[in-house]
Amino acid sequence: MAVAVRKTDASGALLAAWPEPADEAPWAGAARALAARRFLEMGAPIRRDEYWRFTDPAGLTTAAAAPAKVLPGDEAFADARGARLVFVDGVFAPDRSDALDAAGVEIQTLGAALGTDIHWARDLLGVLEARGQHPVDRPLAALNTARAIEGLVIRVSGTAPAPIRLIYLRERPEADAMVRHLIRLEAGADLTLIESGAGAARLNSVLEVEIADGAAFHHVRMQGRDHERRAATAIFARLGARSSFKSFTLAMNGRLTRNECVIEFTGDDAHARVAGACVGEGDFHHDDTVFITHGAERCESRQVFKKVLRDGAVGVFQGKILVKPGAQKTDGYQISQGLLLDEDCQFLAKPELEIYADDVVCSHGSTCGAVDPTSLFYLTSRGISKAEAEGLLVLAFLDEAIAEIEDEGLADDVRARLAGWLARRGRL
Amino acid sequence: MLKIENLHVRLEEEDKAILKGVDLVVPAGEVHAIMGPNGSGKSTLSYVLAGRDGYEVTEGTATLEGVDLLALEPQERAAAGLFLAFQYPVEIPGVGNMTFLRTALNAQRKARGEPEMNAADFLRLVRDKARTLDIDADMLKRPVNVGFSGGEKKRNEILQMAVLEPRMCILDETDSGLDVDAMKLVAEGVNALRAPDRAFLVITHYQRLLDHIRPDVVHIMADGRIVRSGGPELALEVENNGYADILKSVA
Repeated sequence: MAVAVRKTDASGALLAAWPEPADEAPWAGAARALAARRFLEMGAPIRRDEYWRFTDPAGLTTAAAAPAKVLPGDEAFADARGARLVFVDGVFAPDRSDALDAAGVEIQTLGAALGTDIHWARDLLGVLEARGQHPVDRPLAALNTARAIEGLVIRVSGTAPAPIRLIYLRERPEADAMVRHLIRLEAGADLTLIESGAGAARLNSVLEVEIADGAAFHHVRMQGRDHERRAATAIFARLGARSSFKSFTLAMNGRLTRNECVIEFTGDDAHARVAGACVGEGDFHHDDTVFITHGAERCESRQVFKKVLRDGAVGVFQGKILVKPGAQKTDGYQISQGLLLDEDCQFLAKPELEIYADDVVCSHGSTCGAVDPTSLFYLTSRGISKAEAEGLLVLAFLDEAIAEIEDEGLADDVRARLAGWLARRGRL
Repeated sequence: MLKIENLHVRLEEEDKAILKGVDLVVPAGEVHAIMGPNGSGKSTLSYVLAGRDGYEVTEGTATLEGVDLLALEPQERAAAGLFLAFQYPVEIPGVGNMTFLRTALNAQRKARGEPEMNAADFLRLVRDKARTLDIDADMLKRPVNVGFSGGEKKRNEILQMAVLEPRMCILDETDSGLDVDAMKLVAEGVNALRAPDRAFLVITHYQRLLDHIRPDVVHIMADGRIVRSGGPELALEVENNGYADILKSVA
């Protein structure tokens, strides 16, 4: 009983720390209220929850955020095409952004959409999040549905003329931010979403994306290089027939990162690829938690996660593939690998398969180890220093995840960022 | 060029002696071959000279133009002019062949106090060398040795040698896994590098490679020692009679 009481207390305080959104359409208010109730019923996450065993959520559930130093740095994906939409400390900054109507797709602020009486977002806000709450609780996402007022609402028909770039800048060291995006890809639509930046000292970010039949969603994200920030992000995606979802995230540094990705196949012959790469050292805890539900036939899912850790850093991977009855010819694949550069760090992996169909192919693999001495010898025997050889092998290790990015230019940007990280540490 | 005296080596993990007093001198401009049965210590000798972990030198010396090789790290030995063409070239996914070659070349130049080579000159150099080894642009772009056939891997080793221009080249069973055409190509690559200020140590099981790379001296290695040395005719003797006769005669 003591546990339940403690959970209620933390969730109540956390919910109270965020003002209740005002002046919204009745449908939005109803969605908010349901989400608040979900959140209070689940309670804020605690270490004893099965899916928080490896990651202490404490820094995410205090009423106020701990300050995090703002590091200067150049913008990632600076050469990418597409409208730049800027958030400062989690607040949309139209004066520093390109005009919304210049993006070539339908974009509104979350506030504008939720203030409209009749809006398609009604079928999305909190809908995918609520579906994603079973069988695993995701309380921080419910909190986000209940309280987030910043974000963008995007609808795409046809092929978007250019990517949309969301840039999260930081100014106040103590900023606590909650961001919510809703995206709907109509049948046959195609959109690339690029996100970059640390966002805030503490960021709670949720993206719900509905991908209709034959549509394709590409997502590339770089979570910035601030050391002290904390972030809990969640993507909820629902995939129609023959649709495609591809998401890649790079994290360099960050005291605490929890990236959840919850994908549901509802139409046949769809594909989903989720990939992540991270490098971290010292006070660095990075957690990827993925849940893929195959509820249709002949869908293919792929998870590729790579973590390079040093000097006390911790990497966590929890990945689940659930194949529902009737989801025949499912092809599910999952690989998670940790590269430990010294003996002080940890990689914790929990791969799970739960299969209720009899004609499926599902496989998973997880490895954890040091740099391969044979490869290291080969490189050094050609005159390359040990440090540089190790750097090359780190890049090589991560490349399988980076190769999941379809756009070569974006993939090269990610590689260059990683090379910079290694170079700053004398490893390239 | 290369001088090995009374070299004793054991495996660190198994406490097993592999080399039991190797004496060998390879003068500049010459090609020496080492032949010997499996387990005689040929590959160990090449790894010890290149500086691979896992071996302990218990006695003896190895110098390259007077420089104590055994005191150097692998990358320092490379910068000093030593090159080992691996019996099993290592696949390195994610590292492009060109990146690897340029990083290696410039690291060596830097270590020797020479200026780094710029991208344009480097590209020209590699293309030039690659052409003679029948290595196409695609192989240069691919990750190091990944998806290469056995022959492509060995040609890639020779390409590295041609680009890095070492003074002392050790070829560890470069002929293994090669068909006749590939062997000729590799041999031509090696022959093109023969020079008065460069020496070769060619480790092989079979005489066939030595038809294409004519050695000045052939050494027979058995049980961790050089047991016999002679001219190219010694390789033919091995080819015709096997090692048994030779080993009997020195026993």
